Amino acid sequence: MERLDLSKFCIRLGDSCLIMAHRQSEMCSKGPFLEEDIAQTNLGLDLLGQAEALLIYAAKLEGNGRTADDLAFRRPEREFYNFMLTEQPNTDFAFAIVRQYIMALYLTKVYETLAKVEDETISGVALKAVKEIAYHERHLGMWVKRLGDGTNESHDRIQTAVNELWMFVGELYEEDDLDVKLQEAGYAISGEEMKAYLMDKISAQLADATLSVPESVYMTTGSKKGIHTEYLGYMLTEMQYLQRAYPDAKW
Amino acid sequence: MLNGRLMVETQNKELIYEYLSEVTDPEIPVVNIIEMGMVRDVICSEDEIEVFLCPTYSGCPAMDMIDALVKEKLHEKGCGTVKVTLVYKPVWTTDWMNVETKEKLRVYGIAPPEGSALSKKELLNEGPVGCPQCGSKNTEIKSMFGSTACKALYTCKDCLEPFDYFKCI
Repeated sequence: MERLDLSKFCIRLGDSCLIMAHRQSEMCSKGPFLEEDIAQTNLGLDLLGQAEALLIYAAKLEGNGRTADDLAFRRPEREFYNFMLTEQPNTDFAFAIVRQYIMALYLTKVYETLAKVEDETISGVALKAVKEIAYHERHLGMWVKRLGDGTNESHDRIQTAVNELWMFVGELYEEDDLDVKLQEAGYAISGEEMKAYLMDKISAQLADATLSVPESVYMTTGSKKGIHTEYLGYMLTEMQYLQRAYPDAKW
Repeated sequence: MLNGRLMVETQNKELIYEYLSEVTDPEIPVVNIIEMGMVRDVICSEDEIEVFLCPTYSGCPAMDMIDALVKEKLHEKGCGTVKVTLVYKPVWTTDWMNVETKEKLRVYGIAPPEGSALSKKELLNEGPVGCPQCGSKNTEIKSMFGSTACKALYTCKDCLEPFDYFKCI
């Protein structure tokens, strides 16, 4: 793998983890009950740790003096490469659950693949993360079932979340030039394989939760070029406020 | 004849390990970072001491604190320049805690990790977890995520005490 290609890949994956971590942190003190509030923020904490390790490595590979903090707090919206799914707001609890559940499935596959690569930093981060994400997948899968198979109200709300977030799933198995290079070097599985795996897992889980897979086939695209939904800008405004207002502030 | 410099280095290294055994995890003050398996190596050169630490959980907020505590401890002992480097591989696992360390956790009130992280079933703690207070295995999970990233929340159905379980990872 070319050093700069690998750096770009770490930024993509690190950005998705970072943006999800921030979304999860927004749920702090807003969980449906105390234990779940703690659980949701813990999910965010794991993702923040993964994001930090990936962005530190990306900055090191880049080698132009930018630090992980610069990457997180000083890039504008168009230079973020997280999936659009990860930036979708916590419209209600069901939206957060569906977003995180689908991403946990995706990350499981990604980290399983990365755990086997030669690069010691990447495989080390992945080997640790794969165990953390196993907890996420189980916890979030439990919630998909609990809400889907719960009351009429919870069923309808999570079905709405699935329907509205569905168009963002396509990006998870989309391929560009960098993805092809990653696949050739053994850093990623093919889009086709990822799609089959995700659809298989999601449809089984939704069926178990008495939910249906949306029939809509329209999928968005663009995050690999830095194109995002309107939500990311607002979120960055808040996330980056301190470093923007007081550059180089330390405490 | 044993190379004199090498002998000094070995002695230094042992001494540094001794100092490091005085640094505890801020979240779990009964076990030190060596017992946790976090210290992977120490390299003493003429002008600096480099400590290689293995992070536990990716997002563990105690990591930065431990980094600072290691430097503070070694400075306090009169060591000059101290560098802390994180190593990601081999990946830290609860399997590195020995029986004595697990017992310390239990006495402190934290149920130690059961079994091995190599088993997916034990990793996701599906097996029985013993109550650190009364020893009963008649316990139930309240939440897979507890007070810190490394713990789950349980309740004992016999003595009715809630307790933390150090998850297998």
